[in-house]
Amino acid sequence: MPSNKLHFFAGLFVLAGLLALIFLALRVSGLSFSSEESVYEVKAKFTELGGLRERAKVSMGGVNIGSVSDISLNNRLADGSMGDFKAVVTFNINSRYDNIPIDSSAEILTAGILGEKYIGITPGSACAPGFDDEPLSESELSACTLKQGSTMEYTQSAMVLEKLISQFLVNMTESGED
Amino acid sequence: MNAITQLGSQFIHTISGLGKTAFMLLYVVIGLPTWRGLTLFSKQLYFIGVLSLPIVLVAALFIGMVLGLQIFNILSRFGATEALGQAVSLSLLRELGPVITGLLFAGRAGSAITAEIGLMKSTEQLSSLELMGVDPLKYVVAPRFWAGLVSMPFLALMFSAVGIWGGYLVGVKWLGLYDGAFWMNMQDAVSFSEDVINGAIKSICFAFVVILIAVYQGYECYPNSEGISRATTRTVVLGSLSILGLDFLLTAIMFGDF
Repeated sequence: MPSNKLHFFAGLFVLAGLLALIFLALRVSGLSFSSEESVYEVKAKFTELGGLRERAKVSMGGVNIGSVSDISLNNRLADGSMGDFKAVVTFNINSRYDNIPIDSSAEILTAGILGEKYIGITPGSACAPGFDDEPLSESELSACTLKQGSTMEYTQSAMVLEKLISQFLVNMTESGED
Repeated sequence: MNAITQLGSQFIHTISGLGKTAFMLLYVVIGLPTWRGLTLFSKQLYFIGVLSLPIVLVAALFIGMVLGLQIFNILSRFGATEALGQAVSLSLLRELGPVITGLLFAGRAGSAITAEIGLMKSTEQLSSLELMGVDPLKYVVAPRFWAGLVSMPFLALMFSAVGIWGGYLVGVKWLGLYDGAFWMNMQDAVSFSEDVINGAIKSICFAFVVILIAVYQGYECYPNSEGISRATTRTVVLGSLSILGLDFLLTAIMFGDF
């Protein structure tokens, strides 16, 4: 076979391989080439994570607004004393959503029956206008919204089936004694 | 006494074989195809890569379709057929793509390389090359090695892509799964850097091992027809086994949680 034709087929082969790579990247793994979006970090403490993993999504009203970046256990405080043994979840929220009220609550939810665990955020009312109905000033707004490093106060832990069942059983026996 | 002697000679044989392989690898890596050797390289890329396409792509299509069918049947028991896309794509990208491509590659390209080099050796083409002052490692072995190393990841990627398309054909076109759910679930589950790239890395490792075995077996085979046939068989058996063993190791490193 003449070498020109060989080069042609070899080139075609490599091209087909690259096309397969592009297909796998765009269509299968849903890679998008947007630049790294800026995020801010927020912490929340839970008593029970129930299978929440890193990279789990954070959603608000069903819209994906960020992802879990770190999970750790608060077993020791900075001064060395005992911690409260709660799970500390750190998650990134897209900077586009920079006005989430500071008293919003975070709960661990499950997508579907057997689906992934994710964090759902329900907006609070810290930024609601007062009785005078005046729009909030800049400083008031920044005081009432989540920022880099802030901690969410209101959280609801994941439901664990065993705990639910034992609770249910306890209730049953208590009501049976009446 | 005799047994001990045999054990010793076997041991020395194995060690010297490993040493020879290492030297061969060194020379081959130095003999990276230059612009002048590009035609040699292209020829091997054509033979190893392009001519492997039919078997690889047909196998991929059928494996993807079978996967789609089987997993659909299992998932439909739990009413979770939407997860078909992610099950098919993850199993293809992480395991089946690289491994089956590697096995086909060992059977089709590896055996051919061993037989070719073995025949070159037994007809004394290799020694005449040496007499002419041409390094056979550079002229015969290096182009095959590099062509195999380059073509294998592309073959594996095409395998995965075609296999996923086969799963799509069965799941969506035949069994009536909703198109959007199939792709969305897949995109949620598959990560480019973890699944696609790791699959490609796996396939490169497999290519490295298979080609090295094929070339070594051809180069060191006993120069007669029986020796060539034995070397060819050894290439396929050793190549396939080392792919499967290496796959476990790589999977443990890449996807194991520890």
